[in-house]
Amino acid sequence: MAKSYYDPADLKKFGNITEWQKELGDKFFDYYGTVFQEGALTAREKSLIALAVSHAVQCPYCIDAYTDDCLKKGVDEEQMMEAVHVTAAIKGGAALVHGVQMMNKVSDKLM
Amino acid sequence: MKPATKSLLKIKSRLADPKEQLRILSDNHSLGITSFEDRLHDLGIEPLKPTGVDIFQVNVGKMCNQVCKHCHVDAGPGRKEIMTRETMQLCVDALKGTDISTVDLTGGAPEMNPNFRWFVEQLSKQGRKIIVRCNLTIIVAHPKYYDLPEFFRSHNINVVSSLPYFNAKRTDAQRGEGVFEQSIRALRRLNEVGYGKEGSGLQLDLVYNPSGAFLPDDQKALEATFKSKLKEGYDIDFNELFAITNLPVSRFLEYLIRSENYQDYMEELANAFNPEAAHGVMCRSTLSVSWDGYLYDCDFNQMLELKLNGGTPDHIRDFDLEKLNNRNIIINQHCYGCTAGAGSSCGGTIA
Ligand code: SF4
Ligand code: SF4
Repeated sequence: MAKSYYDPADLKKFGNITEWQKELGDKFFDYYGTVFQEGALTAREKSLIALAVSHAVQCPYCIDAYTDDCLKKGVDEEQMMEAVHVTAAIKGGAALVHGVQMMNKVSDKLM
Repeated sequence: MKPATKSLLKIKSRLADPKEQLRILSDNHSLGITSFEDRLHDLGIEPLKPTGVDIFQVNVGKMCNQVCKHCHVDAGPGRKEIMTRETMQLCVDALKGTDISTVDLTGGAPEMNPNFRWFVEQLSKQGRKIIVRCNLTIIVAHPKYYDLPEFFRSHNINVVSSLPYFNAKRTDAQRGEGVFEQSIRALRRLNEVGYGKEGSGLQLDLVYNPSGAFLPDDQKALEATFKSKLKEGYDIDFNELFAITNLPVSRFLEYLIRSENYQDYMEELANAFNPEAAHGVMCRSTLSVSWDGYLYDCDFNQMLELKLNGGTPDHIRDFDLEKLNNRNIIINQHCYGCTAGAGSSCGGTIA
């Protein structure tokens, strides 16, 4: 039995998800590959976005994979950390903007 | 400048011995990867054969003013292995009567060999295209090297220079404190005499190699990033960028093992095996000569002391192009570094 929820070695087995549902799995990986190709955004820009999103969804596999990918694409440490600050700003902002909802509710309830 | 590390020889690492490196590299089973030999066999190109000799690469010595962490030569100021003028003469003689187009001079810092300029002049007289693998900092290291840019220009040398990154932090971490700043000064000097400038005909190429246990990405995209960063930040021009994969040899192998990246790195190389790159590996068209005149399939095999395959005359004094073209190239797991992704050679990607 697995002794922890996450194992770095599992990242390499990602492709195995097609074993139990080939059609959907293949479609997903095909789509995934296309998304990350050079397009209106460069592959480098997409890698930085992926790094930021990885932190937002707090997926250790994605953080591992996109840290590597950013390094390969010549992204420097400062740029990577700025991407994570974008995550933090949006996540923090998303929490705080709900403060308005809280304030609205309070004003509804109070005399 | 403060060296990035010490040579394996100096710290008496067991990995200073090529036999120990080969013992590790030969064991593909522990890594759980198919042997490089089997991969070539599946492609029908085993034994690997040369297509000819287009590039004659001479390693004129292991002495260097830098001690980079990834160096596959284990070079440094303390290395005394230097090619003599007699051996250089043997190279010049061997080249006579061949149509080998290019001579590629490497080291160490090739310019530190006291006969470097003499050698270049002889090769230049033969009309060869000459490449010098210049580490940049040597140009500003001592007044006796200050005129190197002019010397390079006078022989229309193609200068190929290492710059692993466009900022000081990552460059210095790999190559030594102060290396970035000195490299920028050297690049300015090269630009001043016309190198890398449009219309000058003087070719200045940069070599990018990852500063850690990861593979390089798309060469053209990296070139675009380097061009804009070096232009904006430092007003520096260059021609092409070659993205080179670090091969698991010597100091880079030691680093991989010490940092526990060896397994993952080798798996990544093997998984990225590209048949097209395998067909075009540089050893098929290159010959490598060591400081003491021995012949090898490439500079990596030279550092692993894998002398030419049995029976082929393996010293420059017995140079025999026909026999060389019939040899079997010696391969091992380090070769996966040449075939990963878009492939890697001294001239950048292959496929
Ligand atoms: S990588 Fe080049 S510059 Fe660095 S120590 Fe080795 S030979 Fe010298
Ligand atoms: S390491 Fe040398 S022998 Fe092996 S594939 Fe590369 S160039 Fe050829």
